[in-house]
Amino acid sequence: MSETDQDMRADAPFPRIGRVGLDGLLVSFGDALSEPANRAALAFRAAVERATPEGVEESTTSLVSTFLRFDALRIEAADLKAEIQTLLDSCDWYAADLPEGRRLWRIPTVYGTDLAPQLAEAAEAAGLTAEAAAREIASTRVRVQTIGFAPGQPYLGELPEAWDIPRQTALTDRVPIGALTVAIRQLVLFSVSTPTGWRHIGQTAFRPFRPDAETPFVLRPGDEVIFDAIDRERYERLRGDSPDGGAVSEVIR
Amino acid sequence: MSRLIVHDAGPGVSVQDLGRPGYLAFGLSRGGAADRLAMAEGAALLHQSEGLAALEMAGMGGTFEVSHDTRIALTGAPMRASVDGAPLAWNASHLLHAGSRLSIGAATRGVYGYLHLGGGIATTERLGARSAHLAAGLGALITAGDDLPLGEDRTGAETGLVLPTDDRFEGGEVRVVPGFQTGFFSEEERARFAATQFTRAARGNRMGVRFDPDGEGFASTAGLSVLSEVIVPGDIQITGDGAPFVLMAECQTTGGYPRIGSVLPCDLPRVAQAQPGAQLRFRLITPEEGLAAERAAESARTGLRAKLDHLVRDPHDIRDLLSYQFISGVTAGHDEET
Repeated sequence: MSETDQDMRADAPFPRIGRVGLDGLLVSFGDALSEPANRAALAFRAAVERATPEGVEESTTSLVSTFLRFDALRIEAADLKAEIQTLLDSCDWYAADLPEGRRLWRIPTVYGTDLAPQLAEAAEAAGLTAEAAAREIASTRVRVQTIGFAPGQPYLGELPEAWDIPRQTALTDRVPIGALTVAIRQLVLFSVSTPTGWRHIGQTAFRPFRPDAETPFVLRPGDEVIFDAIDRERYERLRGDSPDGGAVSEVIR
Repeated sequence: MSRLIVHDAGPGVSVQDLGRPGYLAFGLSRGGAADRLAMAEGAALLHQSEGLAALEMAGMGGTFEVSHDTRIALTGAPMRASVDGAPLAWNASHLLHAGSRLSIGAATRGVYGYLHLGGGIATTERLGARSAHLAAGLGALITAGDDLPLGEDRTGAETGLVLPTDDRFEGGEVRVVPGFQTGFFSEEERARFAATQFTRAARGNRMGVRFDPDGEGFASTAGLSVLSEVIVPGDIQITGDGAPFVLMAECQTTGGYPRIGSVLPCDLPRVAQAQPGAQLRFRLITPEEGLAAERAAESARTGLRAKLDHLVRDPHDIRDLLSYQFISGVTAGHDEET
C-alpha cells in the first residue's frame, strides 16, 4: 500500500496521522467525541508546541485531533510525519492531564423568552419540559473542548445523554453574538452573528471575541463554564455594561 | 500623509493583504486576498512588498481620488478602468495625479480585481494585519466617503509597466490532492468526481464557493455523524445535496461535511476568479505532484519582476501627449529612488 493510500484510509487504528491539503498533518485520537481523546488532542498539541519540530508553522486542536501546518516547500512531509510518530509513541496521550491554568467561568444566561426562542423545541427533543431543560443546563458544569468555527468560539460539553439531539436540518437565519445553542450533547456560545443548525436556548451578554482588547480570545480549551440562569431584567442591565456581560472567573486549583 | 478618497464603491470592496496566519487555534482563519497571485503581481508592478494592503473589489470597483500624486497598479479580474475618462490598461502600473478621478467599473472576466497603491494602504493593523475579515467582524466593507491613509512610497516614481495577462479568470482545471477524509469516498465516486464538469454557482463569497455538478451529486460513506474537523482554505466539502463547496480565504476553521480533497494553494486563485456560470474541472493528483506544482508556481511568482514590460500606448489614446511621462515613467526599476 502506498503512503498516499495510508493517508486516505478511514479505518486505520487510532491515533492515526493523516494529511490535510498539501501542508497540513492531522493527528486523530478518535472518531467520536470522548473525554480521553479530547485531553489527548490538547496535551499532544502542547507537546508539539514545546518540541517545535522544524518547519511547523502553527498548530491547533479540534475536538479529538491535533492539527499541524508546515512549510511544505521547505520540509518533507514524510520526515515530519516520522518525527510526529515518534512523539506520538512516546507516551499514553489518552491518560494526559488537562492543560494548566484552567479557569471556572460563571456566565449569566437568560434561558428561553423571545431572546432565545428555541428552548421549548430543544427541550422537547431531549424529552424534557422547558423549565427542567433550563434547570439541567444551568446546573451542568461544562468544559471548553475546543475553540473553533469562528474566532474565540467555544464548543462545550459534555451534556447528559438526553441532549444527544441532532442539529436542525434547516438553518436558523442568524443567531446573535452571545447566543447559547445546543446539539449532540454540546453547547456552542456564538462569538459572531451567523446562520446555524444549532438550537438557540439561551442568551448571554458575554462576548467570546474582542478584537481590540488585550485578550481578544477570552475562553481557552480546558476552561469550565456554568451558565447561571438570570432573568431578563438583569440581562438588560448587564448588556450595556461590558463585554463580560456579568461573567466572573476563578482559577481552578 | 497621502490618502485614498472613495467617492463611490461597489458592493464588495474591502482592504486586503495576505491575512493573519497563526490564529487557527483561536478559531480565526487566515483570511486575506481571495487571489493571492494578484497581490504578488501588484507588488511586482510597483516594486514593493506583497504584504502591503490593497483594495480588493468583488465584481465591481468604484470611483477614487488621491490627495497626492500616487503610483497605482491594477491586477486580478480585468475591470473597465479610466482616469478622467481616458482608459487605463489592466495588469499595469500608472501614475494617478492628485485630484484626478479614477473610475473602475465591472469585471469583464473573473471576480476579484485589485487596486494597489504605492506604499500600500496604511490603515491600523488589527491582530497583526489590515485585512478585513468580514465573517469575524474585523473591519468593514469600503463605502462612499471613506478616506484611507496610504503608506510612504519608498520605491521611486516608476510606472507604465505591464505584466502579461493570465488565463485564470474563466474557470478551467484545478488540481486536487487527497486528504484524511478522501477515503470516505469510493474509488468510483472519486473517478466520477474527476470526470465531471462543474458550473460555478451563484452562491459564493470570500468564505466559500459552490459548484454544481453536471449530473448527480456525490455520496460519501461518512454519514451525518462525522465529527467537525479542522478546515483549511482549498478544502472541498461535499455538502448535504452532494455538491462540492470549496472553502476560501475567510472560511470557518472547523466543519462537519466530509471532504473529498483539497485544491492546491496555487490553483485557488482560479477557483476564486471563476464567475458564476464558469465551467470548472477538478483533477485528482498525488501529494508529490502537488508539491511539484506548488514549487513551479512559487518560482513563477518570484520570477514575476522579470516578466515586466513597458506599457506601449497608442498615441491616439493619449489625450495630452505632453502630460504623458514618456521617459520618467519607465526607468529601469530600482528601488533606491524616493
